[in-house]
Amino acid sequence: MIEISKFIVGFLILQGSLLSLIAAIGVVRLPDPYTRNHAASKSATLGIISILLGLFMYYLLIDHHANSRVLLGIIFVFITAPVAGHLISRAAYNTGVPLWEKSIQDDLAKARKHEKSR
Amino acid sequence: MAFQILLNFILGFLWMFLSNDYSSLAFAKGYFFGILILFVLRRFFQHRFYLYNVIAIIKLLYIFLVELVKSNVSVLKVILSPKLNLRPGIFSLETELEKEWEITILSNLITLTPGTLVLEVSEDNKTLYIHAMDIDDVEQAKLDIKNTFEKAIKEVSR
Repeated sequence: MIEISKFIVGFLILQGSLLSLIAAIGVVRLPDPYTRNHAASKSATLGIISILLGLFMYYLLIDHHANSRVLLGIIFVFITAPVAGHLISRAAYNTGVPLWEKSIQDDLAKARKHEKSR
Repeated sequence: MAFQILLNFILGFLWMFLSNDYSSLAFAKGYFFGILILFVLRRFFQHRFYLYNVIAIIKLLYIFLVELVKSNVSVLKVILSPKLNLRPGIFSLETELEKEWEITILSNLITLTPGTLVLEVSEDNKTLYIHAMDIDDVEQAKLDIKNTFEKAIKEVSR
């Protein structure tokens, strides 16, 4: 029993740290702030959530005590991370950071132009 | 929905007082019988029986988690592929949702879907501008958003 729970905990924490590593690589590799934001807001979220879940499982299965603060932390990260990603990319767009040159379509710029011409 | 839950709680307390047993087990029993009573009396309420809403919320949570995992896999593929052959772009999406909390939840869901990120919600809350990592399958993404997320959110607020 304790071996299985150790395996689960180890798997969750390893997975979380790998995902965070991949998010970091994505931030370095991707070409413009918007695509970087994709990597940062998704992989980092799931990475942190699985690390925290691993921590919770560790306390629960090996120390036999349920730590509710860790669960609350998971919920807060889960709710706030996408909003933060949205706000950062919106601020980038509104201050005029250009899209990557290989971008194809920009409906928001069209809508803005339309609004101005009215 | 909130009214029905409150009523159910009151029925649970009533059961505790009737059986003169103030334990959580007695409350749970009373709550369960309260659910049955509310189900029998469901046609006297304005909204539908509230357990349907609870089930819809659980379904929405499930969708959230599944999409989070899927989007991570797709981002992982893009990042670790040796050549960056992504074609990013911004597309617009008309939404039928009206209340503000619904739109917030929809945009959170879209941000956690594979390859999409909400950039802006228009002034009149009718259009969402979404940055996509791969614009090629936009139509598919639009259909997915329409069919699964909007439906699930509508189901919650019904």
